[in-house]
Amino acid sequence: MAFLVFLLPAAFWLLLFFFVPLSILWVVALGEKHGPVEIVITGTLRNYARAFDPLYLSVFAKSVWISGLATLVCLVVSFPVALAISFASDRLKPVLLLLVILPFWTNLLIRTYALIAVLRGRGFANDAIEALWTAAKLLLSPLGLGGLFGARYQPVEILYNDTAVVLGITYVYLPFMVLPLYATLERLDRSLIEASLDLGASQFQTFWRVTVPLAVPGIVSGLILVFIPALGTFLIPDLLGGDSSLMIGNIIERQFKAANDWPLGSAMSFVLLYLTFAILAFQAWRSGAQARAARAGPGRNTLG
Amino acid sequence: MGSHLDYSRRLWVRLWLLLVFVFLYAPIVALVAFSFNDSKRNIVWQGFTLDYYAKAWNNASLFEAFTNSLVIAFVSTLVSTVIGALLALALWRFRFPFKPVAEGAVALPIVIPEICMGVALLAFFSRVGWPNDLVWPLNLLPIVAGHVAFSFPFVTVVVRARMAGFDRSLEEASKDLGASEWQTFRHVTVPYMRPGLVAGALLATTLSLDDFIITFFTSGPETLTFPVKVYSMVRFGATPEVNAASTVLIAITLALTLVAMRLQGSGAVAAEAGSREKRP
Repeated sequence: MAFLVFLLPAAFWLLLFFFVPLSILWVVALGEKHGPVEIVITGTLRNYARAFDPLYLSVFAKSVWISGLATLVCLVVSFPVALAISFASDRLKPVLLLLVILPFWTNLLIRTYALIAVLRGRGFANDAIEALWTAAKLLLSPLGLGGLFGARYQPVEILYNDTAVVLGITYVYLPFMVLPLYATLERLDRSLIEASLDLGASQFQTFWRVTVPLAVPGIVSGLILVFIPALGTFLIPDLLGGDSSLMIGNIIERQFKAANDWPLGSAMSFVLLYLTFAILAFQAWRSGAQARAARAGPGRNTLG
Repeated sequence: MGSHLDYSRRLWVRLWLLLVFVFLYAPIVALVAFSFNDSKRNIVWQGFTLDYYAKAWNNASLFEAFTNSLVIAFVSTLVSTVIGALLALALWRFRFPFKPVAEGAVALPIVIPEICMGVALLAFFSRVGWPNDLVWPLNLLPIVAGHVAFSFPFVTVVVRARMAGFDRSLEEASKDLGASEWQTFRHVTVPYMRPGLVAGALLATTLSLDDFIITFFTSGPETLTFPVKVYSMVRFGATPEVNAASTVLIAITLALTLVAMRLQGSGAVAAEAGSREKRP
């Protein structure tokens, strides 16, 4: 009796405002548009076929490329950060972690908006590059290389293009990468690194052949945690991207708002969902395999 | 232990950390600073002013949007906290068939791309014929429904973590001493749960205030909410007014987050953030 009182409200809410809406979306994807608001469910697969039209397929490919690139940039930027935090003193550790997490508790829209001011033509990013440019020109002019720079600084176009979108995704989702990396590096058996260094490996060799392989579970979680939301992002390319930086999220949003083609938008949402499920299933299978390997032979899985 | 393991003391690592923190904070600091800038164009510093706060305050539609978002956050927090905590108790206390399935189902709103949930809710409210022209505050209900759906799983995680440290013999002692089931729940279980409840509630408030996508897709055409209002203002062109209103929202969420961290210890919030996969 008490059990039902505890369970039912949540079950009811989840069913009514999550599973039913998703089912409706799934059904709408099998429908056809008759008139501006009327959708007749015919069980057609045409919307899925249209979602794989070369035009949309190229948007899918571009989304995978942009979010994949941003995910890799996140990994490269985050690894030294996570390493530094996990080796920091116990007093400093919570402070650094807090500093990584805090920006992430700010509204997504506000953070994206904040980036616009930094990236635009007369923004701080360009001011910084201009300062470097002036310094380089002053340094190189005596060598007769001043001519390389031209008379005046031309602002670099960073906003309203794909670079801005990659930067935006990196900016917004960086904490998702740092946290799982930190969690893995924190638990890592440091004597293995010590042993490698004692046995004559250089810091560089130790990093690539001991630290990185041991951090693989964290790397994989981080890649997934950044890649999934990045793939579906709509706000970042919408505000920071140019006309050609459309991603799946933008196309889906358009089908539900301006273009008013809900069946196509629903089919695209489900393609995105199936892709997400495939990634999550891969992750579950991987961690399952790891757990089995750990049970089979403790100590042998560390460097595998 | 060798000092060669002290990566955090190496110069290049320190410089890297510094650069990353500048990258993370400079845009937000600039946004806040320029809300006090006495210039229409957000580019050069002209002097300190509070004019834009006054303007944002007197901007009727911005003010209405802000109030609506606070009301949404408040109601969503109440509902999420109650149903999230009840679910946490159910998962903590009982064994039942398909429990892993239930746990997975609760995590789903957290892991799927937000835009999918947004358009699903849009399709849902339109297909069930939810009227668009309800009076305030009923017109906010679709947004609240969506916010609760992605917030209560977080409350469940926080409360369940708190209950993991609960000594069941306290309940048995209470019953042995003659308390009823309800009295035991009310005077033994709930007081122990309270820090988890408060932290979960603060988390739900922050999640609701931070959300853009779900609000964007569930607001009716006539409903003003802060993120949607700011979105249209940003598309129209950045103004210091937007900066001022954003600064107020940042201050509110920052304060809530810091209080929540105080209550649970920052480690728990870090773990939390890690499980907060899709946000924001």
